[in-house]
Formats: sequence, C-alpha cells, structure tokens
Amino acid sequence: MSTEQEQSAVAETASPPAPGRSALLPAGVRWRSAGILIPFVALFVALSIGSAPFFSTTNLLNIVDQQASTLVIAVAGTFVLISGGIDLSVGATYGLASVVFAELAASGWDPAFAILGAVVAGALVGVVNGVVSTVFRINSLIATLAMSFVVAGLASLVTSGNLVLISNQGASQISTAQFLGVNMSTWVMLAVVVALGFLLARTTYGRYVYAAGGNAEAARFAGVRVNLVRVIAFSLSGAAAALGGVLDSARVLSGNSTNNTTLTFTVVAGIVVGGTSILGGEGAVWRTVVGVLLIALIGNGYGLLSLNPLYEQITLGAIMILAVGVDAWSRQVRG
Amino acid sequence: MGRLEPNDRSSTSAPLVELRDVSKRFGGVHALAGISLEIPAGTVHALVGENGAGKSTLAKIIAGAIPHDSGELLVDGRPVTLRSPREGLELGIAMMAQELLVVPHLGVAQNVFLGVEPRRAGWVDRRALRVRYRELAARAGFSLDADRQVAGLRVAEQQQVEIMRALARDARMIVMDEPSQALAGADVERLHAIIRSLAAQGRTVLLVSHFLREVLELADTITVMRDGHIVRSAPATAEDESSLIQAMLGRPLTAAYPPKPRVAPDAAVALRVRGLVARGVDDVSFDLREGEILGLAGLVGAGRSELARAIFGADRRQAGSVELAGESLRPAGPLASLRNGLAMVPESRRELGLLYSRSAVENVSLSSLRGHSRLGVVDRRSERRAAGELLSRVALTRAGGESIVGTLSGGNQQKVLFARMLMCKPRVLIADEPTRGVDVGAKRAIYDLLVGLAAEGTAILLISSEVEEILGLAERVLVMRRGGIAAELVGEAVSESAILAAAFSEPAVRQAA
Repeated sequence: MSTEQEQSAVAETASPPAPGRSALLPAGVRWRSAGILIPFVALFVALSIGSAPFFSTTNLLNIVDQQASTLVIAVAGTFVLISGGIDLSVGATYGLASVVFAELAASGWDPAFAILGAVVAGALVGVVNGVVSTVFRINSLIATLAMSFVVAGLASLVTSGNLVLISNQGASQISTAQFLGVNMSTWVMLAVVVALGFLLARTTYGRYVYAAGGNAEAARFAGVRVNLVRVIAFSLSGAAAALGGVLDSARVLSGNSTNNTTLTFTVVAGIVVGGTSILGGEGAVWRTVVGVLLIALIGNGYGLLSLNPLYEQITLGAIMILAVGVDAWSRQVRG
Repeated sequence: MGRLEPNDRSSTSAPLVELRDVSKRFGGVHALAGISLEIPAGTVHALVGENGAGKSTLAKIIAGAIPHDSGELLVDGRPVTLRSPREGLELGIAMMAQELLVVPHLGVAQNVFLGVEPRRAGWVDRRALRVRYRELAARAGFSLDADRQVAGLRVAEQQQVEIMRALARDARMIVMDEPSQALAGADVERLHAIIRSLAAQGRTVLLVSHFLREVLELADTITVMRDGHIVRSAPATAEDESSLIQAMLGRPLTAAYPPKPRVAPDAAVALRVRGLVARGVDDVSFDLREGEILGLAGLVGAGRSELARAIFGADRRQAGSVELAGESLRPAGPLASLRNGLAMVPESRRELGLLYSRSAVENVSLSSLRGHSRLGVVDRRSERRAAGELLSRVALTRAGGESIVGTLSGGNQQKVLFARMLMCKPRVLIADEPTRGVDVGAKRAIYDLLVGLAAEGTAILLISSEVEEILGLAERVLVMRRGGIAAELVGEAVSESAILAAAFSEPAVRQAA
C-alpha cells in the first residue's frame, strides 16, 4: 500500500530508523529486491538439498560459464530497457559477430583484432538501432525487430549460410584459457558485469539512463540529451551481443550466422525476471545477473532432478508473468 | 415552432435542466459548492468566470461527463443520475468538449451517425446513411461532404460534425465548452450564427466561454462563477463587460506575500525577447531586468506556457530571438539554456519535471551532475552535500533527501524542482505555475524563495493563473491573449481588474507604458 511507502519514507526522516528495515536499502526498492532474491535463494537451497551434484564447484562454475555470453548481453540490454527501449536484435547481432570473428580469424587476423572487429560491428548495429528508434522515432520494439532481419541477412550473406570453421587455435583463448581454474569466458563476463554495473550505478551517464527511461520529457527539460543517452545504450547492447557471439564461437571454434531468437528472448526474460521495468526508469545490473542465473538454475535443476523438461518452459513463462505483474502492481501502488 | 422567449416561463412547466445545491470535490478541493441553477428550454445560457472558477466542471456535470457528489440534478423536473455522456444524450443533452471526440479515420457522415447508423439486416445501409446525412446537413445549414475523412477537417468543421452528431440524436440541449477558443476570424462568426440558429430552432445551448463580448452577444442569461460558487445569474441585457469582470473579482487572500523586491532603475537587461513566434506564440517581445519579477498573466490557452517553452528552447522557435545578458541564445534547447543560466520550473511537475521513482537528491542534481562528478563518475558525497543544502534552503528537511520523490507531498515535490533549478545557479528563472497543487504553507515558502532569488539579482518570469499571486509578487505584468501580449501594466496600473480586462476583452487594450 502507498501508506506503507509513506511510512518507510517517514521512517527515514525520523531519527531512529525502524529496526532492521529501512537502513539497508533506499525507500521503495525493498519490496522488489526481495521479490527476486527470495525465489533465487529458495531455489538454490532446494537444489542443494535435493540434488547432491548441484552444490559442487564444477557444476556451479559450469552454470556460470554457460551463461557467460547471456549475462554479458543481458547486462548491457539492461541499459536499453532502463532508458526506455528494448533491443530484439541481440540474437542476430550475436550471429553476425560470430561470423565476422570467424572470418577475420580464419583469414589470418590476430585474434585480438578479430575480436575487436566483431565488437565494433556489433556496436555499429547498436548505433543504427539507436538512431532509428530515437531520431526517426520508430518504436524500438519494431526498429530492432526489423534490424534483426537485416543483420541476420547480412551475416548469411557473409557466409553464404555455411558454418565458418576457425583453424587458428589461438582464437579460442578468449573463452577456453583458464585462470585460477576458471574459464576465461567467465572472467570476461565478470569484467563486463562489474564495469557496466559501475557505469549504471555510479556515473553521470548511468543517472541519465534512469532519467531518460523514467520520464523522457522531464529529462529533456532537465538538460539531458535523451536521444544521445539512448543511442549509447543501444550501442552498448550491440557491442555486448557481439562479444557474446565471440565468446561462444571461440568456444566451439566456428562461426554460425543463425539469427538466435531464443537467445534474444532469454536475454529479455532474464532482465525482466530480475525486476528491471519493461517500462523503463527502474532496474539494476545486479538484478539482471540474478534474473539470468535464476533462469539458468531452473534449467540446471530440471536436468539434475531429471524432471520432464517440457515443464521447464512453463515454469519460466509463469515466472516472467509474475515478475512483470509485480512490477505493474508496485507501480500502481505508488500511484 | 419559433423561438421560445426566455422570459416567457409561464408557458413551460419546468426548466429543461435544474440544479439544486450541487457540489463536486476533486481530492480536497471544492470545485463546485452548493450550485443551484435553472436553465429554461430554448435559451442560450452562458457560464463565465476566471480560470478554475468551476465553469467546465459544471458543464460536464450537466452533460453527464462527470458525476456530482451531492445535490440534485433535474431534467424536465425529474431528478436524474447521469453516469456517462451517453446517459445525458438519452435525455437529449449533448456535449461538445474542448477536445473534440471525433473518429479521425471515418467519414463525416459515419461520424455523425456513429452508433445510430441506419441498418438493414445488421449491415450499415450506406445509401440511407447518405440520404439522411444530406437532410440533416441541409436542415443545419452545413455543407460538409458526407465522405470526407474527419482527420482532414479544420477544427471549425470538426465542430460542425459534433453539432450534427448532436442533432442526429435529436439533442434538445448542446453544452459547448470554449467552442471559439480554437477558432479564428470567419469561423468564429460562423459558429455564432450556428448557435443563433440552434436557439431559433428552440434548442437550448449552454455556452462556456472566456470571451465576454461573445457571451454578451449570444446569451439570454449569463451566470458568473467564482471559486466554485455562483456569483449571480442575470439576463444578458442587464450586463456589460465591466459588470461581468467586477462580478468575477474579489477573491479573499489565501496567503500573505513577502515585500516585493525593488528593481534598481539601472539594472541590466537579463533576458531580451524579440519577435518570438512559435506554436501558440505570436510575435512576442519584452525585456526582463536583473532582480525583477515580471508577472505573465492570461487565461488558460492564451499562450503563456507556450511562450515559456519557446524561450527555454523546449519548443522550436519559428522566428524571433532570445538574448541572455546581451548574447543570443543559439542553438536553442533546454541544455543550451541551462548552461547559459536560463532555468525553468515547468508547468507540470509530473509530466515535465520530476523522476518519480528516484530520490530527491538525484532529482535535484540531475541538471548539474557535471559539477558533482569527476571523469564522468558521480561524486556522491559532494552531490549529497550540495543537494542537502539546497533542500534545506527550500525548506525541505535534509533527511528527506533520500526519499523517493513520488512519495512526497505536492508542495515538497515542487520544492525539489526549485532546488534543482537553484543548483544550476540561473540568472533567469521561468516559473510556470510554481504553486499549482501546493498547500498554503508551501506557497508562502515558494514566494519567499522567489523574492529572495530576485533580491540576489535573478530575473524571474512568473507565470500564474492566480491573479492574486501575480499582484502579490510582480511589479510589472504582461497579459497574454491569443498568443500575443495584450497589455503591459506597470506599478500603479497593476490591478486585478486591469489584468482581467486585458485578459478577457477583445484585442487591443494596450495601456501606455
């Protein structure tokens, strides 16, 4: 209820904070934080008890490593959602980057430059997404959906629809090299998550992202260049989708141009389940991490407990509806 | 047939519409308090009053667009409860709202007969539709093509569609809320002719209008409203412009004002506007001096907010120039304005001002984050300190800084918006309706703040619909009307009646400065 929110605001203005509640998180954030953390912890504990192999370093590292590319893409996609847009072209950009990386590496480029080339290509796709959806005012849902066809088509043109094999073993280092017993792809993911988490939470740009999505017109009146903020968010998303594509194709040593729509929807699902608002203005990088991992845990759990995998998708769908429902409900309560 | 004489009450048993002690609240505000009114059939009845006097609310209640809280509404002498405009229509009362309710992609005839189409076996009988439309148009004296798409029509023509729609349902009474506001020149004349002919057909018209001359010309009876009350209802023949303005005047003071700042006679010009043309703004020029509070008065829709937006750069300027301290402000845009010391507290804090889901501190620092960051990283300590100081200056306790803005009261939200503008250290501040939806205590705090800023040399353009507020704070007042400056009033010449006279009268009441 709104009275509860008012009370929590009052609790903070009053000198002794209400015991154990308001000190930890700013007012209004609390409820939805719990909304995502509770099922995550519950599932984690349940799986630890119900399945012996679950709570092992190998399995846990495996889950994280498998999610590395999804996490990278989803964390950047969080910027797009918070700034008031949505990026449905990440699956296609992922495929494009995969073949660009593979072609460049196959033609003898240094792997580092091949990675850079693929990421730049992804960022360019993002710039186009951003410009089309801001300057030309085409709804980003449609703009990026259309862009996904264009990008997937481009990728197929490059490869004529074939798999591109990477013979250069050095190119796989970015994913499969190990450091402290952990795959490089996991380290790359961690670096991206920390960097983007900092960018969103601590920088002026991060503030503008929240402002652009929370109330674009108010942000404009406050002197925020909303279009620029959004274009940057889209190019981050494009670059991250490309990096995800590179990580995965380095792992399997081949580039594949398919438009990976399943990936696109897993990414959006992870962001939304984490509690980032589909309407913009609210959300956080850590939420997306939790959201993506929650979905991964569900998949992992179904595997380990040998449940009928058909129910996995139903569960996922139900959780998404619940997450969006909680978002809508909490907005209504705030009025 | 023939027109029913308004004074010939003996022939009609009961008035078409009667209100007995009707009240309406919006939140805590009494929009209407104890309204009793009779509208006899076949008359043109006008409602006049200042912004917020309750005219539109009353009109909407009569048409069924909003329900009343207490009291009785009688149609043909029978008490009724109208829950929707549709129910009003069933009793023969149609409404022509300020925002016209036509279906843009349908043709004229289809719009006119929407919902009451002639049918044959469930299908719309297009031929019959056209025939009936032609009869109706001829009867009403309109010449709109039946098949033209409504989206392509001018406002005046869309109004004709609405009127025909009412006639198609055989409405006995048509409620018109500011019908001539969006019209110009010949279209106004045509509308007046339409209203006269409706009356000549024995229909009743309830006319809400800002234009006193129009009201005096057309109405049989004029009701003057003020603060949700009826001041008086009298035959139009007994009124003239000045008597109507007198009746609208005389609100009690609701908040005391700090002493007005004295502007040094040699103060430099802080803001110079020349020949500004933009959407809703027609060739406006004025100067604003350092330390001056310049009031900008006028009716809703006169172009005050549009002028503010064009100066601030939120809307495109089509012509003219804006100079800050002698330097032309180009390229225009909110960011450029803020960087050059021109800040604005916009009219609607919800739509244009605040981020409701973020904290007060974040809202305050949004426009000046650059000053509280290093290499793009926000220095949160410095941000919090600066915002906290400003929040306590605008009388919001420092501890409130972490509260989510959406949970604050209207007054405190407005203070957060002011704190944001203060952080930009503006040389010119445009305050558009700075005390709207704010309680009396917070009002005084905002007045003190404005006067304090002016005393420090900030030039302030104060837009307000409350004439009293302008009188209390401004030494000089511009009155806008139809996008232009209708009058400039200085010193002794500033009075409520002078402002209202300029705001309500037809153009060209220019007072020598």
